[in-house]
Amino acid sequence: MIKHDVLIVGAGLAGQRAALEVCKELDVGLLTKVYPSRSHSGAAQGGIAASLGNSEEDSWEEHMFDTVKGGDYLSDQDAVEEYVKAAPRVIYELEHMGCAFSRTDDGKIAQRSFGGHSKPRACFSADRTGHAILHALHEQVLKNAKSIKIYSEWYMHQLVIEEGRCCGVLVSNIRTGEVEVIQAKAVVFATGGYGRVFQITTNAFAGTADGAIAAFRAGIPLEDPEFVQFHPSGLYRQGILFSEAARGEGGYLLNGKGDRFMEQYAPSRMELAPRDIVARAEQSEIDAGRGVNGEDYIFLDLRHLGEARIMERLPQIRQLGIDFIGVDCVKEPLPIQPSAHYSMGGIPTDKFGQVVADENGTPMKGFFAAGECACVSVHGANRLGTNSLLDATVFGERTGRSALEYAKNAECGELNESHQKARVLNQIEEIFQRDGSESYNDIRNEMKQVMMAKCGVFRDEENLKSCVASIRALKERYKKGKVTDKGQLFNTEVYEIIELGNMLEMAEIISTAALARKESRGGHYRTDFPKRDDQEFLKHTFVYPKDGELELKYKPVVITRYQPKERTY
Amino acid sequence: MAKFRIKRYNPEKQSDPYYEEFDYDIPEGATLLDCLNHIKWNMDGTLTYRMSCRSAICGSCGMKGNGHALLACQKQAAHLLKDGNDTITIEPLGNMPVIKDLATDFQQFWEKIDQVKPYLQNKEKPPELERGQSPQQFKKIDDATTCIMCGACYSDCNVLEVDNNFLGPAALAKAQRFVGDSRDKATRERIKELSKPGGMWDCTHCGECVERCPKPAEPFYRIKDLMAVGLKEGVTNNVGARHALSFVKSVKHSGRLNENKIPVESMGYFNIKGLLDLVPVGLRMLLKMKIPPIIHKPVDDVKDVQRIFEEFGE
Repeated sequence: MIKHDVLIVGAGLAGQRAALEVCKELDVGLLTKVYPSRSHSGAAQGGIAASLGNSEEDSWEEHMFDTVKGGDYLSDQDAVEEYVKAAPRVIYELEHMGCAFSRTDDGKIAQRSFGGHSKPRACFSADRTGHAILHALHEQVLKNAKSIKIYSEWYMHQLVIEEGRCCGVLVSNIRTGEVEVIQAKAVVFATGGYGRVFQITTNAFAGTADGAIAAFRAGIPLEDPEFVQFHPSGLYRQGILFSEAARGEGGYLLNGKGDRFMEQYAPSRMELAPRDIVARAEQSEIDAGRGVNGEDYIFLDLRHLGEARIMERLPQIRQLGIDFIGVDCVKEPLPIQPSAHYSMGGIPTDKFGQVVADENGTPMKGFFAAGECACVSVHGANRLGTNSLLDATVFGERTGRSALEYAKNAECGELNESHQKARVLNQIEEIFQRDGSESYNDIRNEMKQVMMAKCGVFRDEENLKSCVASIRALKERYKKGKVTDKGQLFNTEVYEIIELGNMLEMAEIISTAALARKESRGGHYRTDFPKRDDQEFLKHTFVYPKDGELELKYKPVVITRYQPKERTY
Repeated sequence: MAKFRIKRYNPEKQSDPYYEEFDYDIPEGATLLDCLNHIKWNMDGTLTYRMSCRSAICGSCGMKGNGHALLACQKQAAHLLKDGNDTITIEPLGNMPVIKDLATDFQQFWEKIDQVKPYLQNKEKPPELERGQSPQQFKKIDDATTCIMCGACYSDCNVLEVDNNFLGPAALAKAQRFVGDSRDKATRERIKELSKPGGMWDCTHCGECVERCPKPAEPFYRIKDLMAVGLKEGVTNNVGARHALSFVKSVKHSGRLNENKIPVESMGYFNIKGLLDLVPVGLRMLLKMKIPPIIHKPVDDVKDVQRIFEEFGE
């Protein structure tokens, strides 16, 4: 049995930042189903928010207000306050580690405008900020190789919970197919999101809800899963991300008639309104037949920025356009559509990354979570651009610190190795024994289509009910899927099947929570309840597993500084 | 209809690799990765390869298409069909052991990254705010920091093919990312390390890594940056640097290479063992009548060559 003081699952920004904290005093295992440098944090482009005030005066209060308003007042404000206050310090720390940031003429970290932020506070590295930070952290992890053991290409199946505390995880070495138990005094999940549930998504193939569902199956509720962010600028049909920085630098959104339609939806902020508002505006234009050529896309127009500016600030975007659709944004506009991007909800934690097991805040001992898989909640009903890299960095550090403090005073829990291993071995054997009458590919495609069409940017009761029913039917068909690779060695097929199982579970949780929330707030928009309803729904959803069904409970929002007001831009 | 001719290997089933063909009509705009996914999900679930972001930033899906390393997600499949040929040959990355099908073992690749101490070295206490760095200084590391560690350059590196001891283009580009960083304080130590056998001077300037790099990292140009820093820092007590200096000296002197002198100057006049190593080569050349002329004559317009040196410096 492998043992570590602290075991971290996921090696993106949150996971690596947590590892760097823990390794100061204890030994860490850092487990990832890819390689640390291939984590999806690296795909983040536009920036990381902090009120440094390097190009315009700024304050944490303004950052906090923008975040709370952007989140449609569902954010827990005590957490938001600590989060935005920590922002400048963590950015300077990243810089000291060696992260490469774009600079102002006087040598400071450059900052640009972003949707929903009233000041230019996005620190950036051209249009590959996530990549720059991910690699800077990876460099530090390699430097600390003595106390951080990396498990690349290992898959996490399940949590081990014994007597009310978490004492390890069940994993597979993807390369050898070996199932192992990793025993740890504390486990940190930094497993990312679940955009892959939707047909059009900016997310990597790896974004399959593994962490959220492992927690859920261990009896932990999921918080606010109905709040999924659709990014306004995913490449048409493919969802490949074109950073919001393109609009931050001055890009226009044009409908099929060539109009800057944001004038109608958010006249004061135009293209730089928060993402939920821009994505809805785009979808409204498309639904009204004003997409380009009547198709399901609109244009992102950067031509007026000029080649020099594009090459300095947005070089990667230009290359993506050329490589993926043969469009050079210097000369032509890019076809885009709303694409599933970020999960505001997730595994509920307190503001120190401690996972809570219920709506009363009871801690699940030894279990911590940070980054996109967690819900603190600082993003409320809609996350602002550049706040996620900040979330992963701030809460990665805090959660690492919490896990460290906990593990220092804890003993390893008792667990029965062979009994635990059997849980996974039986699951894999069951997959190999299925009758094979269904195609997993069909099931996956149908899930993605139904979630996009019925639980996407616009939702209503009828569609959501039908969505839940469809997903349940797909879950039945999933039990009869056809597997072709029954080998041990680097069997990617079997992990894809397990991931699909996780996604189906997640899809049901998202749509069920969306059905119950009869209001419109942030990323969750109900055409049958188009207004926000603070009377009934100024509260967090908690979805519990209960005898194979889902049970919904709610928890009040923490409001400190900013009382909910009407949200206009 | 296109034929995807894929190199398969699964030691659990069969000890030798073989090629298998799959027919698939490439949809408009489909990337090579889209096609492989179609094959895996509809024709043969055992087909094994890595992938994740499908937007050319994670570096997972490196493989060879028609003999050259590429990122499957970045390549339009139709672009691999040339001159009426309907077959696309897909193979695993080179210079690495294969685990299964298109998945290769990256262990050595990462070990070499580790060897260049891939992290900022600066023992000074950091300021309260950010360290200053001008846009011009940032520019020096801008390209190197775009590296995604996909292994395409490593796969097709001609030096690695014959010398496994070579650090390889990716690790050297990573080294340049710190040597070029105004905030890093270990330039001299780094350059000394990189000047050892297997380091930057073992690059043969073939430029293959620049062709294969899917990002602006273009390792050979980073290696050239490193060599320039090496000469500027005066870290010249090694074969590679001496070779470069002797090369320049010869061209400046006579407008052409003095092929008798360069090997000796590269080895160093006091490097007895190195010089003795040259003897058998010299003798073989003598026997085959391949010895360059003993009397080295300058080119006719040597004055013009020298003027170039005067105008541009060395």
